[in-house]
Amino acid sequence: MLHTARGLQRLEIAFHWQQGRLLAIYGPSGAGKTTLLRILAGLTETESGYIEVDGEVWLDSTRRINLATRHRSIGFVFQDFALFPNLTVRQQLEFALPDRHNKAIVPELLTLMELEELQHRRPALLSGGQQQRVALARAIARRPRLLLLDEPLSALDDEMRYKLQEYILMAHRHYRLTTIFVSHHLPEVFRLADEAILLEKGRIGGQGTPATLFAEEKNGHTLTITGEIVSIVPTGDGFIINVNCAGAIIPVAATAAAAAEWQPGQPVKLLSTIIAPKILPISTS
Amino acid sequence: MIDWQPLWLSLRLAGITTIILLVLAIPLGYWLAHSRQRWKIAVEALVSLPMVLPPTVLGFYLLLAFSPSHAFGRFLDHYLNIRLVFTFPGLVIASLFYSLPFAAGPIIAGFRGLPPDLRAASRTLGKSDLTTLIRILLPNIRPSLITGAVMSFAHTIGEFGVVMMIGGSIPGQTRVASVAIYDEVQSIHYSLANHYAVLLLAFSFSILLLVYLVNHHFNQAKTIL
Repeated sequence: MLHTARGLQRLEIAFHWQQGRLLAIYGPSGAGKTTLLRILAGLTETESGYIEVDGEVWLDSTRRINLATRHRSIGFVFQDFALFPNLTVRQQLEFALPDRHNKAIVPELLTLMELEELQHRRPALLSGGQQQRVALARAIARRPRLLLLDEPLSALDDEMRYKLQEYILMAHRHYRLTTIFVSHHLPEVFRLADEAILLEKGRIGGQGTPATLFAEEKNGHTLTITGEIVSIVPTGDGFIINVNCAGAIIPVAATAAAAAEWQPGQPVKLLSTIIAPKILPISTS
Repeated sequence: MIDWQPLWLSLRLAGITTIILLVLAIPLGYWLAHSRQRWKIAVEALVSLPMVLPPTVLGFYLLLAFSPSHAFGRFLDHYLNIRLVFTFPGLVIASLFYSLPFAAGPIIAGFRGLPPDLRAASRTLGKSDLTTLIRILLPNIRPSLITGAVMSFAHTIGEFGVVMMIGGSIPGQTRVASVAIYDEVQSIHYSLANHYAVLLLAFSFSILLLVYLVNHHFNQAKTIL
């Protein structure tokens, strides 16, 4: 049972994920996204359930198996990063390694995440984006089977968000991780995920690639195109947002308030109603 | 001529009490801060009880318990050959009860003040609860540990009622500084009483000054480091 703002809610979920992929769990707040992630990590208990990772059973309530968090091979990036205030950046990464483990990955991660110059600082002296990179590096350091990210970018502004998505993608590919991340930000899901799960009121509303899952209507009356914002240009009484869709730049009119929500470089989805289209033969004239 | 023995005895009593209390209060505080059992509230109330109880009440019941004419005291006396009434070890045990809330209070508050995800984060990194406690939790509640230690030390130095009830005033055994002051006043040796009193006053003030300095230092360190 979930305790949400709207009272108790049942969380009932079953899904499979493939190794090496980047899976997004998307849904409104209160849908149970974070709870689901914490159950995978063993940080939240369930009434009943079954979790198997790479043939290893982590949870099986019928056989009373519930592997303790510390025995699950996971990396977890918390929403508020949960960095240890008493340790420097380098010490956080070293702490993450198992005892007597080869420490070679520490300098490697510091370089990859561009943290070398900050390695002797404590978290209180780091910006939000820097803390996020440390949290990510710390979660990866022990080379977990499963990397879990709990809305890791929600505390950051859009520009920083975009940059850090790069780091997540880079780390995911470089270390061939299996990654599950929670988000309520659709452009992020489009940009990062191979596959997405829509979570609504404690149930799965769909699973598939972001493009198929989030195509609003499938009966042909609307057209959904995905693209990336290239520029936001002010006009006299509003803004024009230019979106690059597979090479074609499509201008979209927007009010100042609407334009303020977007940043160049963001992946977006254009939704348009098709009103009585005419079909013409392709000719040169 | 001032007799240093009562002062030395006070310091010894307070030092031993503080070390034992720290060892006890860390696991106790950890459990009280993190357990989800309901009856822990009763334990918490019991821990704080000596703070509001008149020391003579505490001393009275300890006297009954330690007395060889009652079951527990008789058991200690007969089988273990331990006598706790009017002895230094008895004073130490009484001081443990008396100063427990002053050691445990700041430590419980320290544990509770830490973000809960710190413990969770350490677990996700494969660390045991003991490693998490030693490497992560304790270093981050250092000001609480220092406050707890200093407060229980100072509070034990100031102990009087409990000592009177179960310790009496045996020189070298139970005649601590606070009791010595009382004795000197009883014998109208006001100037001697004043010597002890001034020393205790200066000592208590220095201790509190140290606590506030340490906390101030850590608060500043938090914003700078």
